[in-house]
Amino acid sequence: MTTETEVRTPAFLSKETDRKVCFICSKGNLDMAYPALIMANGAVGEGIETHLFFTFWGLDMINRKTMNDLKFTLLGNTAMHPPRHFGVSMHQALGGLPGMTRMATRMLRKQIAAQGVPPVPEFLDLLVESGAKLWACKMSVDMMGLTMDDLHPGVSGIINVAEFLELSDEAQIVFV
Amino acid sequence: MTTALIAGREIHVDEEGFMTDPAEWNEEMAAVLAKNIGIDELTPDHWKVIRYLREDLAAQGETPTLRRVSLNIGITTKQLFELFPKKPGKKMAYLAGVPKPKGCI
Repeated sequence: MTTETEVRTPAFLSKETDRKVCFICSKGNLDMAYPALIMANGAVGEGIETHLFFTFWGLDMINRKTMNDLKFTLLGNTAMHPPRHFGVSMHQALGGLPGMTRMATRMLRKQIAAQGVPPVPEFLDLLVESGAKLWACKMSVDMMGLTMDDLHPGVSGIINVAEFLELSDEAQIVFV
Repeated sequence: MTTALIAGREIHVDEEGFMTDPAEWNEEMAAVLAKNIGIDELTPDHWKVIRYLREDLAAQGETPTLRRVSLNIGITTKQLFELFPKKPGKKMAYLAGVPKPKGCI
């Protein structure tokens, strides 16, 4: 015979969260696409209401024509330390040589994949599956002559700044 | 280190409530742990995840992340969020008596 045991909520669940976080993605470079995707993934996995708003070059992350083809360049990137320094060390000015961006992009893609992190379009699928919402910026969409059909199928809608501000009311906003 | 009374036994847990010694876990305990986090009944899919977590921790020395779970046992991320609502990574680890996952994705 079993006795009814008392429910003891563990400490990690004892505080109900009504936390909400909005990421503004404004960059279309491969290396600048990932920070928000990874943080948003972490947030939604913690039960936090999570939104991503794609504006300006950030729209490249959800544009079907460009989302598979984001690039990484050494040019102007001061995190490219002088040779033999540490980490990825290659003079940034070498980025101007033909084929360099292609090579650097391929290298970064490989490093990201080695961490078990999916390519951008698949990462967006993952976020939507997890319950995060994706929004496109109206002005950027108009400026680039796009419609919903041009965007990743997981995008919930095209919204203007006022709508974004309503959406992010009382949210923590992270600009990338 | 604190202890908690789970299924009539004193179990070592950390300050968040996760078991610190996976060897103290047993299958009967999972049903009690499930009630603690609002899961009324453990389905075969819950068990698939719980067993994989324990096997993978034993093999890799680290609790697998949601992505690793979904890639390796064919349960989608969406299903994981349905099985363990809101905080799937922590909830599944709690049920399996393993530390919470440390990986970012």
